[in-house]
Amino acid sequence: MFAARTPLSTRLWVAGVWLFVAFFVVNLFGLIGSVLTSSFATRWLGTWLPAGFTTKWYFAAWDEFQLGDVLWVTFQVVGSVVALSGLVGVPAAYALARREFPAKKAVMLLLLLPLLVPPVTYGIPLATVLYKSGLGGSLAGVILANLVPTVPFVVLVMIPFIEQIDPRIEAAARVFGASTPKVFVYVLVPILLPGVLAALLLVLVRTIAMFELTFLVAGPGSQTLVVALYYAVFAAGVRAVQSIDAMAVIYMITTLVWLIIALRFVNPTQIVARAKRSNT
Amino acid sequence: MTVAPTKFETLRLEGVSRDFGTFNALKNLDLTIRRGEFVALLGPSGCGKTTALNCIAGLLDVTGGRIMLDDARIDTLRPEERGFGMVFQNYALFPHMNVRRNVGFGLKMRGVPKPEIDRRVDEVLATVRLTSQADKLPGQLSGGQQQRVAIARAIVIAPPLVLMDEPLSNLDAKLRLEMRGEIRRIHQSLGSTTIYVTHDQEEALSLADRIVVIREGVIRQVGTPAELFGAPAHLDVADFMGFRNRVPGRVIGRDGDFVTLDVGDGARLVGKPRDGVDDGAAAIAMARPDDLVPIDAATGIPAEIETIEYRGREYHGLARTAAGLEVFFSSPTALARGAKIRLGADPDRVLVYPEEPR
Amino acid sequence: MSAAPSARRTEGPTLTQKLRARGLDGVTLLVLPCVVVAVALFVYPFLYGLWLSFHPKAGGDALTNYERFFSDPFLSKTIWTTLRLALPVTLLNLLIAVPIAFRVRLMKHQRLLTTILVLPITLGTVLIAEGMLFYFGPQGWFTRSLMWLGVLSHPLHIVHGYWGVFLSLVIAIFPFTFLLTLSYVTGIDPSLEQAAATLGASPAARFREVYLPLLLPGLAITFCLSFVQAFSVLPSAVLVGDPANTTRVISIAAYQAAFEEYDYSLASAIAMIMGAVQLVVVVVILGGRTLLYRGPVAAAKG
Repeated sequence: MFAARTPLSTRLWVAGVWLFVAFFVVNLFGLIGSVLTSSFATRWLGTWLPAGFTTKWYFAAWDEFQLGDVLWVTFQVVGSVVALSGLVGVPAAYALARREFPAKKAVMLLLLLPLLVPPVTYGIPLATVLYKSGLGGSLAGVILANLVPTVPFVVLVMIPFIEQIDPRIEAAARVFGASTPKVFVYVLVPILLPGVLAALLLVLVRTIAMFELTFLVAGPGSQTLVVALYYAVFAAGVRAVQSIDAMAVIYMITTLVWLIIALRFVNPTQIVARAKRSNT
Repeated sequence: MTVAPTKFETLRLEGVSRDFGTFNALKNLDLTIRRGEFVALLGPSGCGKTTALNCIAGLLDVTGGRIMLDDARIDTLRPEERGFGMVFQNYALFPHMNVRRNVGFGLKMRGVPKPEIDRRVDEVLATVRLTSQADKLPGQLSGGQQQRVAIARAIVIAPPLVLMDEPLSNLDAKLRLEMRGEIRRIHQSLGSTTIYVTHDQEEALSLADRIVVIREGVIRQVGTPAELFGAPAHLDVADFMGFRNRVPGRVIGRDGDFVTLDVGDGARLVGKPRDGVDDGAAAIAMARPDDLVPIDAATGIPAEIETIEYRGREYHGLARTAAGLEVFFSSPTALARGAKIRLGADPDRVLVYPEEPR
Repeated sequence: MSAAPSARRTEGPTLTQKLRARGLDGVTLLVLPCVVVAVALFVYPFLYGLWLSFHPKAGGDALTNYERFFSDPFLSKTIWTTLRLALPVTLLNLLIAVPIAFRVRLMKHQRLLTTILVLPITLGTVLIAEGMLFYFGPQGWFTRSLMWLGVLSHPLHIVHGYWGVFLSLVIAIFPFTFLLTLSYVTGIDPSLEQAAATLGASPAARFREVYLPLLLPGLAITFCLSFVQAFSVLPSAVLVGDPANTTRVISIAAYQAAFEEYDYSLASAIAMIMGAVQLVVVVVILGGRTLLYRGPVAAAKG
């Protein structure tokens, strides 16, 4: 840490660490790269690079996997989840940030649980309930299932954001004659907007990539892109690998586009579930 | 297993520079510190005093020049090899260790046997009067107590040099005075060479044997507290040492050790000139607010009182001349706002400096 | 001149005021929709699943499903199979994450690296599995490079087995473990390390005496969060694993019970067992954590 005169052993150690990081990153890009390359390949057997390049697999995949419909379903699911978790989560976050009430700790725990318990564990009982109530396999069911982790996520991301805003600003607005709707429109919304956008972008990215919940709840007409991709890979023996890879690339682009947009507003660390940093 | 010598006669900074990219934090510093001295590095925020201290400690490399301990070059040594004790501004006490383990940490790193560690820790805890807190965690101590633990930790290893980085700045005023006394007492009983960084001139004046005034990475003046209090060498040093009044004028006469300045509106100021003040040239007279008082003479500086505040023993006020110059004065009696007065000062208390080069 | 004291009875606070003093007013009600969602879609299904697990599909007493699970090796082995994957993966992730986090915290351009590392999390396990099938397969670039370099003489049998799932979990979860660890590492005041250095501590001693004790509580939490993710592995166990045999993890058993046998009761029971095992591991780790110093890692009150 104190530069220049570091001993050899430390230098070797540092080199080793960076070597590993490079190894990881190189392999990661290799992994992604091979999917990308394969999707453009005419034939690729036993050689470093494909024999030739073509874009035909994208069109083939579009038809074969009905990607148009799948993308539309994905869009509906993700859009609804983002909108609903925003509508439900942001006001709740405001209430939790600004009010101390008797059951507050219980509510916070209730909201923390879906983020700590992995989706498969609560997904199975959730799927059971949804199927029993007739929502299983439907678009509504998929949307409801995906709300379980996203609503708490929005709340937990927004609370510290709102807590940072001085409550006296709202008090000042009232003193100067603003009614509650006016306080909301002129004071709260403009200040909250960046945080809300950031939170919703994160929800969007996470929902596109959310596999387990949708997998357990979706039917043939309500699969999101990632689930459709899973089934395609699963039944890979029947189809040409390149078209599956083309579909995978389409999925990648969908996620990455939103990831890049999200990263303009948000630190990469926040995409990870909010770390339990409280000192308990 | 320290590599640096444990006793030394001089610590010398020779042409020490430290750059951060294009920013020169320290510019070619030359400084010699003798064994047993208490030296204060004094200056405003960002002047480079903490940077200098960190270079001496080894927490920062020098980008130019070198640091010598007698004949040994130490700027190439890592901090753990230099064996200096350091008290950090935020104390940097290890939160997971109790007081005893915090203080004994340096001895443990040196491989001192446990019974010896216990003995020396007990001794130093008695010196800083924290024996009853020995088993507490830092989080359970008050600010002043944490500060004493930090000092104990630095001196228990009997270092040849103790470095202190604004250790009192996080304490409230009363505690600060108390701890100042503690630090002076410890220095007098141990006699260890100490380099003390501060931006508070009062602290520096009360604690140091010698004061080094630093500004923008350059040493402006080195001297005893009396020298710096009474005779700052440069305008900016005087400003820093409390000479708040800057009255520009022209030298119109010289008499022995004093010069007379024409400061406009028929007013005159007499003071002791510093180097570079020429007859007939433009110059600036500096005086402390305590020394500028209302007088009856027609040669006093005419000004109108803007604000006046009660200070217990006297009144301090701000007045403005016709030319718009702000002057800070003091008066034994209350005066009315808006009153027009004439101000003057004892020539022994006025210092005259050449005008700053543009 | 004093006025006669008024005989008017002073009224106490109204109901609304009393409620507001306890923090309950219109704003607090905004929490309700959220609570409804959580209760209806999380708590209720969980309780229903628990209840359902005690009512086996084919009849029998409450514990039939659980007895069946533990007496049928095809089912009970899944716990061990999953632990065999999740525990080593989590340990390895943590062991790698700590030194890397230590180096990265000193970097000036952390964001580029963290962005790259976020990629696997965003892309998800399905895409990684798909990529692995080719990349680590006999014809993939990985195998080719190693054979070309002479490190390997024949392709490694990675995919469609234990190591395939192991590797995919490391790739997918390591970034998460790393980012959490990094946030804990950067939360430790750097002046603590400086102080230790001036007191004579070598880099190794600084890590051992200062960083490690302060990091362990956070690492315990990181372990728990990473472990539960690894334990609930599903798509990679199927796509790059050997789902019928060596990588038949517990979520596969639950899935099959629900969607192939249509026995929701058994599936719920398996989900409960899955949750219970995770809970046991988490409690053990967090229990150990309470023995550690868990206070602030800043240096002073100042």
